[in-house]
Amino acid sequence: MWEKRPILFLILATAAIMTGTTITMIVPFLSVNTEADRIESVKPYTPLQQEGRDVYIREGCNNCHTQTVRPLVSEVLRYGEYSKSGEFVYDRPFLWGSKRTGPDLARLGGKYPDAWHYKHMASPRTMIPGSNMPDYGWLSKNPLDPDLARRKMKVLDFPYTEKQIADLATKNEMDAIVAYLQKLGNDIPWRKAAQTTIVGDLKNPFIGNKDAIEAGEHLYENSCAPCHGEDRQGEIGPELTDIDMDDADLYEIIHNGISDGGMPAFGSLGSEKVWQLVNYLKEKDDD
Amino acid sequence: MDTPQYNTDIVRSFILWSVIWGLVAIVVGLVVSVQMTNPELNFPPYFTFGRLRPLHTNAGIYGWAVGVIFATFYYIVQRLCKVRIWSDKLATFQLWFFNATIIAAAISLLLGFNTSKEYHELEWPVDIMVVVLWVAFAINIIMTIIKRQEEQMYISLWYMMAAIIGVAILYLVNAAEVPVSLFKSYSIYAGTNDANVQWWFGHNAVAMVLTAPPLAMFYYFLPKTTGVPIYSHKISIISFWSLIFMYLWTGTHHLLWTPVPDWIQTLAMAFSLMLIAPSWGSVINGYLSMKGQWHQMRDNYLVKFLIIGITFYGLQTLQGPMQAIRSFSAFIHYTDWVPAHIHMGTMGWVSMIAFASIYYLVPRIYGKELYSIQLANLHFWLILIGQLIWSISLWIAGVLQAGMWNAMNPDGSLTYTFMETMVEMYPYWWARTIGGVIFLAGVLVFVFNLIKTIRGGESLVSSAVPVEGRA
Repeated sequence: MWEKRPILFLILATAAIMTGTTITMIVPFLSVNTEADRIESVKPYTPLQQEGRDVYIREGCNNCHTQTVRPLVSEVLRYGEYSKSGEFVYDRPFLWGSKRTGPDLARLGGKYPDAWHYKHMASPRTMIPGSNMPDYGWLSKNPLDPDLARRKMKVLDFPYTEKQIADLATKNEMDAIVAYLQKLGNDIPWRKAAQTTIVGDLKNPFIGNKDAIEAGEHLYENSCAPCHGEDRQGEIGPELTDIDMDDADLYEIIHNGISDGGMPAFGSLGSEKVWQLVNYLKEKDDD
Repeated sequence: MDTPQYNTDIVRSFILWSVIWGLVAIVVGLVVSVQMTNPELNFPPYFTFGRLRPLHTNAGIYGWAVGVIFATFYYIVQRLCKVRIWSDKLATFQLWFFNATIIAAAISLLLGFNTSKEYHELEWPVDIMVVVLWVAFAINIIMTIIKRQEEQMYISLWYMMAAIIGVAILYLVNAAEVPVSLFKSYSIYAGTNDANVQWWFGHNAVAMVLTAPPLAMFYYFLPKTTGVPIYSHKISIISFWSLIFMYLWTGTHHLLWTPVPDWIQTLAMAFSLMLIAPSWGSVINGYLSMKGQWHQMRDNYLVKFLIIGITFYGLQTLQGPMQAIRSFSAFIHYTDWVPAHIHMGTMGWVSMIAFASIYYLVPRIYGKELYSIQLANLHFWLILIGQLIWSISLWIAGVLQAGMWNAMNPDGSLTYTFMETMVEMYPYWWARTIGGVIFLAGVLVFVFNLIKTIRGGESLVSSAVPVEGRA
């Protein structure tokens, strides 16, 4: 019968389409972004951060970077605490992405100091050898539009002050995107919670081991040189030519980072590699 | 009864423009492919990977696939209804508005006006153009069906009508946004809700643009080409209704392990597996329709395109559900495996069927013999080989990278840094580019063959292929 009656057919097809739609797309609105998944400490974006987020959207960063850490062992080790629904209530649109040509950015905020980001955005390959990210140094030539930013804050219903809006006149798109990246994943205090407490005595397993020192040098070139310089002369981070510190303290700094000083934690490299770095840094010290 | 005077001009025009936008999609695809291996080939602000990749996908889906849908549906609907299309004027308007929309889309994407939502990047003014375009199309097709001269509606018409409604619902719901300026808007949904709505859209756009319409073409052009009917009407009915019922539950399989509620993920996973049945219903129906006709795979180049096309549909609808299983998704998601999956569907299934449809139509609406069947065969092999190189190299790359991402040392630390895994991708990305070049070569052979056919091909003298609809 329906094969001969187009209007009836259209009604039946709509009903078929709307069944799954109702259950999997409409019903979730009852529980998502409600008190049930609310996280008190999550704050809306400031005008500068929101401007940065809009640059991120405009440049299509989400084509290569995701922003959601899955609750899987390797993922939490690599990126940090897994993502919670309540962390995204101010994200319009969401930016979870679907492909990791580059790494996930959900927990990027606070990992590196601002100076690292400015340098990396302008010239990714000087900071990350082998990277295929395009250069975005040109963003620093683009001013921000305070009036448009005010309108955005009103549409999004985010709190702002006129001073925050006025300050945008002195900033550019690069400042904005760095401010945005530094906010990512930072509204919950996961970094402190994730920090490993080192118990017992730390004993250097590689004292005088040439292979370990060589491996440490290789690790240094990839992980440390972008901030501390090829010859450890210091750039974004301090110089490391003359380290007056015992092995265990040095290990702890590399492993856990210095969150106030901008030094990222490298514990995810594993204790063996961290010790290799310690031995490399100390060995040159003895020369 | 007199043969109705069909409108073929509109079919000609849509074929022409869809091929042009298809070429744009492939060329931009090659550019972004090379940018993956050679980042110095990004030319900011307009020609960076982040802006060109949406242009590639939009030109492919909305220019090439939708263009072919317009062309073939206008041809098919008139034959199956035995009437001329309801409104020639509306169809002509639709043609030029289609081109205006694609051009507006291309320019606005290069200028960076985009919403970030995959396959729905267009900002609100262009969204409105898309809606107007689709409404014009919907009215014309549905009115033609209503005033048809043939009581029974054939399978292809079911898929057409489902696609028309489906796209309308999906596009409108996902387009809900609040404008801030002419070129900037914010989604009315936030965070997890926005993600869930977007992938309900994203996955079902695949259903309603890249599955139902090519099936409509397949069900029409296969029997027309082989001369024997579809094997089972019953299988067609069951496949159709279960396909359009089940598809809508599965969008969240794009969001496994994310903060979207678990029960939606589980439903999506279950329905994705069940979806194998209706998908394979059509595949098997196609295969069984070849009973006693398999020799045509050798004799008839069109059959080759159609049967290999439906075969890739079958492979696609097995691989897709596999990726929708939580444990496999945990491993493979976010790697290059996924673009390889998509491209098997677009290059192997949708484009194969689209090429077959155009090869079928052009001699009939121009009244010319195809210029060269040898070239059509060359086209077939080039796009098949190109697509296989494309997909296989990135499947390997995806498994390799996923393995490295998950590798752990005995002390529980990760074996590789992110960059150590990324640099391993370069050779595979190069292989993908080579696959793309071969595919493009095949399409250029196709375009050459079409031009030669239309410009200089021999007029049809045999009555086997009558010139339809020309006075």
